[in-house]
Amino acid sequence: MSPSGDPGGMRFAYLLQLGDNALILGQRLGEWVGHAPELEEELALANFALDYIGQARALFTLAAETEGYGRSEDDLAFLRDGMDYRNVLLVEQPNGNFADTLARQFLFESFYQIQLEALAESSDAQLAQLAQKVQKEIRYHLRHTAQWVVRLGDGTELSHQRMQHAIDGLWRFTGELFSANAVDHWAAESAVGPSPPSLQRPWDTLVDEVLEEATIARPESGWMASGGKDGRHSEHMGHLLADMQFLQRAYPGATW
Amino acid sequence: MTAPESEHAVGGADSAREAEVRAWLVTLSDPEIPVLTLEDLGIIRWVRSEGDSVTVGIAPTYTGCPATEVIEASVREALESHGVTEPRIERVMSPPWTTDWISAEGRSKLAAYGIAPPAEATNSKRALFAPGETIGCPRCDSVNTIRVSEFGSTPCKASYKCGDCLEPFEYFKCI
Repeated sequence: MSPSGDPGGMRFAYLLQLGDNALILGQRLGEWVGHAPELEEELALANFALDYIGQARALFTLAAETEGYGRSEDDLAFLRDGMDYRNVLLVEQPNGNFADTLARQFLFESFYQIQLEALAESSDAQLAQLAQKVQKEIRYHLRHTAQWVVRLGDGTELSHQRMQHAIDGLWRFTGELFSANAVDHWAAESAVGPSPPSLQRPWDTLVDEVLEEATIARPESGWMASGGKDGRHSEHMGHLLADMQFLQRAYPGATW
Repeated sequence: MTAPESEHAVGGADSAREAEVRAWLVTLSDPEIPVLTLEDLGIIRWVRSEGDSVTVGIAPTYTGCPATEVIEASVREALESHGVTEPRIERVMSPPWTTDWISAEGRSKLAAYGIAPPAEATNSKRALFAPGETIGCPRCDSVNTIRVSEFGSTPCKASYKCGDCLEPFEYFKCI
């Protein structure tokens, strides 16, 4: 598609928002490789990472075609600066301990699953087809992730405390999931994607169900951080990119 | 559920040519589970030919599966070795691949290879805490099996062990 086929670059920007969530969370999960508490969970986190990176590739391929300037999926992944990434702040938060990672995973995937269900009905046929595929992967993740929230929350005194602390600490990043920027408004108006506020209620239902089972108290809704979708990231983002982009920056075009 | 009928070529299809192309691909196997052919996996969705160009539609199993590129390269190579000058591969996302498309022959090959084949029907929508499926041990057929991890050495597998013969085994998970 030529650049003129995407007035205002809205489709490109929307695909980047989706692709960046997948890429950055995939990168974070990949950081666990070699460090997970047990082999089985290391496999699980590595499998999650692989799925997310695969999703990011597919979304960036569409984004690059839409943009029409000859950039590749790798250019989009590795050669943008921090302010050009459009992921939500939640996914760039550091791994912390195992409970922090699982809490981040649960808060995001419960949202992502609901978002994908809506995207599977998108007026954009390519995006709808991809979402239909991806939601099968995320449904499988979410079952595992939710089970861990319950296992830790309803586990020992220490595991409960860590899961509660993790949920409390990450809660302020959940508001951004349901806030709409100009790109989200475009997507909702053209029936390409859901209006983010419309996803809040089904998310609340899903999250409340799991937190209750996990004996975790739902945090009070207070001040919410935002800005990631418009390129204003937390300080953690720069460190993540330094790690992720180093090779392509130091040795442009390197392959192996 | 059965696999939908393969799409037919658009404009001037030559079905004899397509059958010929499919026959070239029949021996190609999955790089990670070599006992399965691409045909057994149900990932070759259609073949289209027009003049010197042949396009094969392949459904990826998982979006991030590294085997996808190896599979595409092996198909391209098979086409080239039969003189196709313009081999093309198209990734088919819709309908999404499901383990229901693995053939009956593929299922018995998996079991003989030591991997429990996927349960027949794919999972329901949002059953977060649904009871796990009963998976039989591919070695001794015991159903006294324990899930060690929902994940395994490749995106498509989970890890189990048998409570009777005590052997660990992999299960080709259902999606």
